[in-house]
Amino acid sequence: MNHAIRRYWPLFVLPTVLAFLIGFLAPFLMGLYLSFCQFTTVSDATFVGLDNYIRAFTDPSSNFLHAMWYTALFAFLSTAVVNLAGLTAAVCLTRNIRGRNLFRTVLFMPNLIGGIVLGWLWQVILGGVLARYGKTLVTSEWYGFFGLMLLTLWQQAGYMMIIYISGLNAIPEELTEAASIDGASPWQTFLRVKLPMLMPSITICTFLTLTNGFKLFDQNLALTNGAPSGRSELLALNIFNTFYGRIGWEGAGQAKAVIFFLIVTGIALLQLRLTSTREVQH
Amino acid sequence: MTTSSKKRGRRRLSGPILTLVFSVISLVYLYPLFIMAVNSFKKKAFISRAPFALPTDSRMFAGLSNYQLGIARTDFWMSLIYSVVITVLSVALILLCTSMCAWYISRVENRITRALYLAFIFSMVVPFQMVMFTLSKVANTLHLNTPLSIPIVYLGFGAGLAVFLFTGAMRSVPLAVEEAAMIDGCTPPAIFFHVVLPILQPVCVSTGILQAMWIWNDYLLPYLVLDVKRYRTIPIAVQYLKGGYGSVDMGAMMAVLTLAILPIVLLYLFCQRYIVSGVMAGAVKG
Repeated sequence: MNHAIRRYWPLFVLPTVLAFLIGFLAPFLMGLYLSFCQFTTVSDATFVGLDNYIRAFTDPSSNFLHAMWYTALFAFLSTAVVNLAGLTAAVCLTRNIRGRNLFRTVLFMPNLIGGIVLGWLWQVILGGVLARYGKTLVTSEWYGFFGLMLLTLWQQAGYMMIIYISGLNAIPEELTEAASIDGASPWQTFLRVKLPMLMPSITICTFLTLTNGFKLFDQNLALTNGAPSGRSELLALNIFNTFYGRIGWEGAGQAKAVIFFLIVTGIALLQLRLTSTREVQH
Repeated sequence: MTTSSKKRGRRRLSGPILTLVFSVISLVYLYPLFIMAVNSFKKKAFISRAPFALPTDSRMFAGLSNYQLGIARTDFWMSLIYSVVITVLSVALILLCTSMCAWYISRVENRITRALYLAFIFSMVVPFQMVMFTLSKVANTLHLNTPLSIPIVYLGFGAGLAVFLFTGAMRSVPLAVEEAAMIDGCTPPAIFFHVVLPILQPVCVSTGILQAMWIWNDYLLPYLVLDVKRYRTIPIAVQYLKGGYGSVDMGAMMAVLTLAILPIVLLYLFCQRYIVSGVMAGAVKG
């Protein structure tokens, strides 16, 4: 079997592998190399060692360190808020209440709308609310921050709710019944029986929200575009602006991108290890 | 007896309360979309000045002028066509190529296929900013900058997730059936297309939905790869309304946003079951 399939590799794997080479692997390796070079296009690169990395961190106008902690704060806070909201909604909407399918439909819908469209939509609404208090979204970086939080909550809570609902539905009823026969209160049943059984869903949801939070770009671009003066830039937008907004900073931009990649990968691995060790086998 | 009746009483009580609470939440959830639709019919001065007011007064009401302006400025119908073409072609290409690749990887186990699988998984975590500059240069050199050729770029960048979902699903394909087909004289391509692919249909649906949601809404990749003077997808068209330095015409913006959201909402209402179960299936495996 194995042997018969093997010679068909040009048909089965070659198209995907070629596209993967063009669309990911070659750009990735070139990007890694270019982060050590001075360049404006790919062909005029000259090796400069760690210069770009030093410039990314030390030049105060590059805003990189600010973007880093601003992004981390956003990613962790939004992970907490979105998952709390999604899990609460899932617990309520797995109970037999009237209209629950309609509620699920409505809560999930914003997830299908793209980040650019969402950003502009919320810019109008938040701008309208803030205008009553004589403020705008770009008065300080914190208005943009909480705007992004609200937007992210609105967009992603329904998605996480759907994943939590499928997790809750997979819990065998005997378990929760046994717990209530043993005299456990609904709250105890939730904490001691359902929550441990939900760990796989929690792993997935926190992974998705955390990496989404770190990678967020479109919403940031459309909502504030980093205003005031780059203070509300998340890392992805900061890198984009370094690349395409400043002449001669391509190298520093690529160095920032490499650091960004290392942060995202590191956090993803750490998060997967932390939550997946708490999963119960069943 | 008393405790159980008390419990039942509480449950009966909390049902309607929850329904009420979620009715309010649902209305709050829909409110931004309502505001957007309402504002698309208002004159632009009133959008920033009174975003929550209804256009009851004839000074505020703009008729369809925002729509006419927005459609003309963004060339909206062409953007819609480009978005549809790119999404459909890319998803079809991804489903076909990565399902074949995943089958090969899980049936032929050696060092190369294992390394390939790891490379695909790895690509899922890498943020786009890491490759954006070099990818746009590579795509440009290879003339992958048109709506008909950009699906190849999407196949490359989206292969990770798709291969991962398909190899996960391969475990549910019974080997015995494939072996029986082999003994009956079927070639591997025939086995794949007649035996394996039909079994994989549900995974194709969920993978397709996840990829379509990504590609339809994607902004940065097409913005950097496509020749944006000629080809603008819907997210690019929306952002393009902002123009270079001038302020945005909020009336045209609201109209274009409404037009951008409308097809998605309609599609969602019609294929809701597939979309939600697709997301669920994708998440369970992811």
